Amino acid sequence: MKELLILAVVTFFTLVTYYLVEPFAHSQMHKHIESEGFAYKDIPALTKKGDATRGADLVAANCTGCHGIEKAGMPAPMDPVSAAQSFGVNPPDLSNAGTVFDAKFLAALIKDPAKALMVEHKFDPAKGKMHPMVPFYGAGGDLDQEVADMVAYLQSIAPKQEELTPAMAFETACGRCHAIHYPYNKDGKLHAAWTQIGEKPAFKKKQDELAFEQKVLDYQDALKKYMGTLPPDLSMYIRSRGEHYIKTFVENPQNYLKGTAMPRVGVSAESAEKVIEHLEDVGDSKRHERESVGRYVMIYIIIFAIFAILWKKEVWRDLH
Amino acid sequence: MAHFTKAKSLHDWLNQRLAIDTLRRVLATEYWIPKNINFLWAMGMVLAITFGLLLVSGIFLLMYYQPNVDLAFDSVNYTIMQEVGYGWLWRHIHGVAASVVFLIIYIHMFTGIYYGSYKNGREMIWISGMLLFVAFSAEAFSGYMLPWGQMSYWAGMVITNLFAGGSLHADGLVEWIRGDYVPGQAFLNRFFMLHVLLIPLAILGLIGLHFGALRIPHVNNQDGEEIDFDAEAKKYLSGDKAGSKVIRFVNDFLAKDMMVVGIFLILFFYLVFYHYDFAMDPVNFDPADGLKTPAHIYPEWYFLWSYEILRPFSTDVGLIAFAFAQVIFFALPFLDKSPNAVPASRRGLFKVWFWLMLIDMIILTAMGKVPPEGVFSTIGLYAALTFIGLWIALPIITKFEKKA
Repeated sequence: MKELLILAVVTFFTLVTYYLVEPFAHSQMHKHIESEGFAYKDIPALTKKGDATRGADLVAANCTGCHGIEKAGMPAPMDPVSAAQSFGVNPPDLSNAGTVFDAKFLAALIKDPAKALMVEHKFDPAKGKMHPMVPFYGAGGDLDQEVADMVAYLQSIAPKQEELTPAMAFETACGRCHAIHYPYNKDGKLHAAWTQIGEKPAFKKKQDELAFEQKVLDYQDALKKYMGTLPPDLSMYIRSRGEHYIKTFVENPQNYLKGTAMPRVGVSAESAEKVIEHLEDVGDSKRHERESVGRYVMIYIIIFAIFAILWKKEVWRDLH
Repeated sequence: MAHFTKAKSLHDWLNQRLAIDTLRRVLATEYWIPKNINFLWAMGMVLAITFGLLLVSGIFLLMYYQPNVDLAFDSVNYTIMQEVGYGWLWRHIHGVAASVVFLIIYIHMFTGIYYGSYKNGREMIWISGMLLFVAFSAEAFSGYMLPWGQMSYWAGMVITNLFAGGSLHADGLVEWIRGDYVPGQAFLNRFFMLHVLLIPLAILGLIGLHFGALRIPHVNNQDGEEIDFDAEAKKYLSGDKAGSKVIRFVNDFLAKDMMVVGIFLILFFYLVFYHYDFAMDPVNFDPADGLKTPAHIYPEWYFLWSYEILRPFSTDVGLIAFAFAQVIFFALPFLDKSPNAVPASRRGLFKVWFWLMLIDMIILTAMGKVPPEGVFSTIGLYAALTFIGLWIALPIITKFEKKA
């Protein structure tokens, strides 16, 4: 009985210390931001039903000057380095955009990029600073209808949510600014490190490798100029920031860093989960093994403790 | 030369050469421990097991870790955590054990303080234990440098800066310790050497000293009762196990130890697999960057109380207070002027002193982590002053303590 009381006292002071040092201290150091579940409440819902066929023409006429759409057989007009040197960042290929990005966000982006991306503090037309993506002012008809058509087209060519892999979600949403220098295993295959201009290929000749690295450095220089600093490598972000921070940050970067150059990316809730999964694949790849090994170790150690208790009872029977 | 006969068995062969029967008797079966103890007496064994886990996991980590400022971070977070089979397991065991070992050390220390197990002949047990605490602290700090993350780098910067001695401006000393103007390759190599060789050697030696120091005064008991170990041992050996006040180290005491160890390991492995974040600060998963100071720099939880004694004062006063906090526990056996070696509950004002000290150190720990602003600064300042005040009061209140 007395031992249980002592155990209660020790446990109490341990838990108080833990509470103060962990949950309490962190609540004081970092402001807590609730996720909106990627609802983008400031963006109005789409009112018009889009038509993909009409959208195809609109996109071909208005977007493909800067954006490639590999899926529709339209390669990017410029290589990534030249594109970054012209625009600051390589305009994304639109093949997966319809699934990765939220539909109403896409519509808002087409109409007013700086506003949808939440970088109006950086791109103010009154100060002569235009966002490199030109807003779509309409092709003569109903603007909302035309935008809805374009979104419908992008959705029609994009892979379905279940076909979209975590890596694809990451590459479309994050990969033109952020590198991941850790290779990773997925489904029994080793994937190479990610650079802002794509997966780093395996080179046979040192010259080719150096040429590739030079391209990456040139791209990063352009990106640095555009963003103010080189966006961080995300290899260990799942451990250094954690899922909650990454989600709420991606949802609205201004939440944490007022005035940051990082745009709101506008991923859909499902794609955000996939981006997180990709970050886990590269930064916490042994998580499944940890869970299964953990289960067996816990079973083993509980059995060990039971035997230890029985042994003690056996030995101490004569001592009392 | 001793006379050797033809051995009748391997046991006999060894016994003639190593006296294993005598060793076994002296170190195990007839090493007498009081019976009147509770589970807190098993903390020594829990510490030994945890140290064993640290040693074994450390050996595995050492096979892949690269003490190089360009490679260290990735060798830990990529090679060990993701490429090497079960490398993640060894790292999590190592990281969690490094944190948990301090929880057990603090429980062990406060047990000693509560039951008065540091005086009347037990002073060397206390002092060797405090030396172990210092060695473990140095081991933890040097180990924390090795992943070369943001917290490694900046904690290394802040702690080595302390050696400048405030107004003394002994910057040369700081540079000498670092081998550079800022933490760099020389710094990492030195702390690597300290972590994997010099300090572990010191710890092993000190563990020997700590065990040896127990031998003559014997282990204390729950009531601080003075036991005639020879008479009680005779009683035990004559068959009156229930009536004797002592038990064998092996198996009697060991059985109880292992029961506590078993229960402790359930908690430990739960933390390793499901709740490791508390022991592995997220900030340290960002690679070291000398141009980017983290928003909050704080040590691991077990150093927070002494860090908070440094923080609320001006630089020089803070350093003196900090130095005071580092050494004052060594003096406990001599500052406690009362001859009573009984539980604090029977020692009048000392009982109040004990609980105040415990609570004050928890408050210091909490305030050491939160940003030093507003009410937290004020609480931290008063807690630091209370800590110093309690030590000044200790000789006075114990001097007037009644004989128990």
